[in-house]
Amino acid sequence: MKSAAFWGSLLAVLAAGLLVTWTVENEYYYNALYLILQGMLMAVAWNILGGFTGYVNFGSAGFFAIGAYTTVVLNKAFGLPLPLMILVAGLLGGLVGLGLGYLTLRLKGVFFAIATLAMAIVIETLVNNWSYVGGAKGSYLLTPESHLWFDSYIQMLFVVMLLLTLAAVAVSRALSTSRLGRGLAAIRDDEVAAECSGVPTLRLKLVSTTIMGAMMSIAGAPFPFFVTFVDPTSAFSLFIAVNAIAMPMIGGTSHWSGPVIGALLVGATQEIVKVTVSSELNVLIVGVMLVTFISLAPQGIVGLARKYLRRGAR
Amino acid sequence: MFSADLLANAVVAGVLLGGFYAAVAVGLAIVFGQIDIVNIAHPAFVIVGAYIAYLLNSRFGFDPVLVGLAATPVFFLFGVLLYRIYFAAFERTGQESLSGLAFFFGVMFIIEVSLIMAYGVDYRLVQAEYIGQSWHVGYIDLPLRMLVPFAVSATLAAGIYAYLTRTFMGRAIQAVAQDRVALQLMGANPVRIKQWAFGLGLATAALAGALLIVIGPVEPSLGRVYIGRAFAIVVLGGMGSIPGTFVAAVILGLVESLVSTFAGPSWAPAVAFGVLALTLAVRPAGLFGR
Amino acid sequence: MKYARLFAGALAATVLTAFSAGAALAQAKPIKIGFSMALTGGLAGAGKAALIGMEIWRDDVNKHGGLLGRPVEFVYYDDATQPANVPALYTKLIDVDKVDLVVSSYGTNEIAPAMPIVMRKKMVFPALFGLAANEQFSYDRYFQIMPAGPSPQTDFSKGFFDLAAAQKPKPATLAIVAADAEFALNAAAGARKNAQAAGLKIVYDKTYPPSTTDFSPIVRAIQATGPDLVYVASYPPDSVGMVKAAHEVGLKAKMFGGGMVGLQYAAIQKNLGPLLNGIVNYDYWVPEKTLVFPGVNEFLAKYRVAAAGKGVDPYGHYLPPFAYAYLQVVQQSVEATKSLDQAKLADYMRKTTFDTVVGKVKFGRNGEWAKSRVLMVQFRNVQKDNLEQFVEAGKRIVVYPKEYQSGDFVYPYAK
Repeated sequence: MKSAAFWGSLLAVLAAGLLVTWTVENEYYYNALYLILQGMLMAVAWNILGGFTGYVNFGSAGFFAIGAYTTVVLNKAFGLPLPLMILVAGLLGGLVGLGLGYLTLRLKGVFFAIATLAMAIVIETLVNNWSYVGGAKGSYLLTPESHLWFDSYIQMLFVVMLLLTLAAVAVSRALSTSRLGRGLAAIRDDEVAAECSGVPTLRLKLVSTTIMGAMMSIAGAPFPFFVTFVDPTSAFSLFIAVNAIAMPMIGGTSHWSGPVIGALLVGATQEIVKVTVSSELNVLIVGVMLVTFISLAPQGIVGLARKYLRRGAR
Repeated sequence: MFSADLLANAVVAGVLLGGFYAAVAVGLAIVFGQIDIVNIAHPAFVIVGAYIAYLLNSRFGFDPVLVGLAATPVFFLFGVLLYRIYFAAFERTGQESLSGLAFFFGVMFIIEVSLIMAYGVDYRLVQAEYIGQSWHVGYIDLPLRMLVPFAVSATLAAGIYAYLTRTFMGRAIQAVAQDRVALQLMGANPVRIKQWAFGLGLATAALAGALLIVIGPVEPSLGRVYIGRAFAIVVLGGMGSIPGTFVAAVILGLVESLVSTFAGPSWAPAVAFGVLALTLAVRPAGLFGR
Repeated sequence: MKYARLFAGALAATVLTAFSAGAALAQAKPIKIGFSMALTGGLAGAGKAALIGMEIWRDDVNKHGGLLGRPVEFVYYDDATQPANVPALYTKLIDVDKVDLVVSSYGTNEIAPAMPIVMRKKMVFPALFGLAANEQFSYDRYFQIMPAGPSPQTDFSKGFFDLAAAQKPKPATLAIVAADAEFALNAAAGARKNAQAAGLKIVYDKTYPPSTTDFSPIVRAIQATGPDLVYVASYPPDSVGMVKAAHEVGLKAKMFGGGMVGLQYAAIQKNLGPLLNGIVNYDYWVPEKTLVFPGVNEFLAKYRVAAAGKGVDPYGHYLPPFAYAYLQVVQQSVEATKSLDQAKLADYMRKTTFDTVVGKVKFGRNGEWAKSRVLMVQFRNVQKDNLEQFVEAGKRIVVYPKEYQSGDFVYPYAK
């Protein structure tokens, strides 16, 4: 997608989002859109390590929770404004991502995936035993008092999440088209060959895990204000981890637009199902969609689109 | 607080628990350790086995362990079927790493939700004569609901080991694990062998599930806590070594029990992964690995 | 022949009246009550049972002409025991579905996320079983139907400790063990405060992760400290594990139990059977003679019919009567104030003592009960493998508080 067209559409989406906050009063839509955007941000982040670099992360919930609990701690201790907390969350998430990268230097494939799962569980156990944030009991947060010029804090959170997600998509696109991105793709296709060709695989892997960690943490930072009650079970929910994997895989992992499409499709379906049929169908739907798509269309929707375009070009 | 009595009982409880963990892990040792298929849904199948034991126990009063044994052929056939799908979709096209993982992830969720929709989220328990009874040897307690699963699990592990080393098919499975191309050159069909191995792995889940529900109440999402334990055990044991898997399982059970008794139970979940991390850092081939 | 015609005429008249009443009811605009409920996920067992109780209330009300002459309708969604789903569902209920009244979901984790929303919309919020959910918010239109009393955290276990203090010789040492989860930790914190006030020495005070399967190491560690009293705050599967482990290890405490959730559920009671004897645990309603409130037995009979085959607790002694009662509070308030105005309803609920199937209900500070009515119940003479024995009185003796006591307290917890 050409640069101008890309930035144009990004700005258009942002403008549309702001317009919606001026016209639509019904708060339900903001709640639903917030969750879809959160899913999208997590999916874009996951894809940087998963789709671009080829390393599967099962512990997405761990990074998400780092962001959420950073907010809980900073809110309780200092009462900082939200943008600052998002920044700190990003830094922490990035640091942990870096650490994860270092610790898993020699791990590949499924060992890396299990290591990420291990990391998430260790962090969860630590949080469970940390009484300052309420431990397993959880922590209450009062919603932010100021919500700028918006009608309510939910609208403000929606716009915040919209900004964050659009920024993440831009970063993801920049990464994929850059030299860095090509290095990541080389690692994904054949790490040994990449290493032999002079690609600094270690450094690139660290960059990848750091960016992913930072983004996921940022996704989790506004969450406590959204639910006003955070406990380890909801912050470390396996559902977050599954969505983070399912959305990019369904959308297509090779292109930056894959997670976006996947998140829109899966997220919207989930929100609709939530208010029409029973909510456990939600999880079933994610599972079935995931299984069907990867069995029949392993390259995701993006892959299917590419096939059609190629056929059309002939 | 540190007394010989407490220590001895913690050790015994840990060994018994670890023995049971081996039943869950042995199937994964075959499927993941030997033929390299990351079936992350294996614990979910164990839960299905537990529910089948519950069904037949509550309706007809059959002993849960016997139900588990009877269910193994069914699980075997299902495993063969599942492998065929997996093979057609992924292995044949060489996509197995990322997509295969995600495939089984999806399968795990489908299983869990289907169980919830069929049985709700209430905990299910079974009744049997030996549940609730306890043998006492000196100051050591041996609750039968732990002892019986330990014995069955040890028998299972021994049986699988014997199968893999003594029978033709068993050795073929080990051969496929080591060198697939060489096997093909010798005229054997690796796909059929892998299919058999996968079925075998899944069959063990039926029995493991029955043992699980003997030990304690079961509900659909219980499988999740076993994912980490099972993979940790397989890696620690040396990726496919059956004796290694059993020893690793006992070690894990022991460490969990000791941590739980002396440091406090709230640290127990991190134990499995602590053990795993240590193994991968110090000796990635595991205890008995090549 | 004459009688046949008379009979036909009477029948026709009845049918016509019923139809016209129904038609009149149907034509009036319904009153919509909105809520989310845990119908799937961890709390679904209780959530589904609560919903059945609530539907019985709705049908009872509609059979008698509805509320203010209008039929009552429920608009509800499944929140899947996920706090993250609650804000969206309640904003949908209030803004999109435009319900007239809201009530809460079940459990603190599902009540808390709804609070900021109902507070901003200034809606009256009757809540179903959350321990101290309003402590942080201090919302004046929150009304909790769980009878935990004005200081829920300590009132919850007060009975256990008051009972212990009354024994001779007075017990001196206490072990506290709790699941690492919201309700259990709250209960344990309350127990700690009560213990300190009673001058008990705490010799064991640990938590365990909810995923624990084997409780023998824990019980053995407790036994090693030799406590007189053992207070357990646990969830259903751990409660089962604890009771079984206590028997396997041969726990020698003088009082055992306290805050074990799950021992109130029929299926668990049947499975544990005689292992329950002697345990003193909390409960809110049991079929003892001292707790036969107006309407409760009729309600439970209807519940048993409605719950058959639905995979929920077949007897419904724990949550459903309270689910029915909190809607009775709503009903009586609406009828007394003849309005759906949230402020008027809140005022009425604050001042009034209500007559419900769980007895007299009066709200006090922060919307909690003015006076605690957490019962301490002791299991006695429980037989093996028998579900029906729990329908009648005699198996769960109320030993605290005095005004509802139905039998003597057996101490120590002898096996």
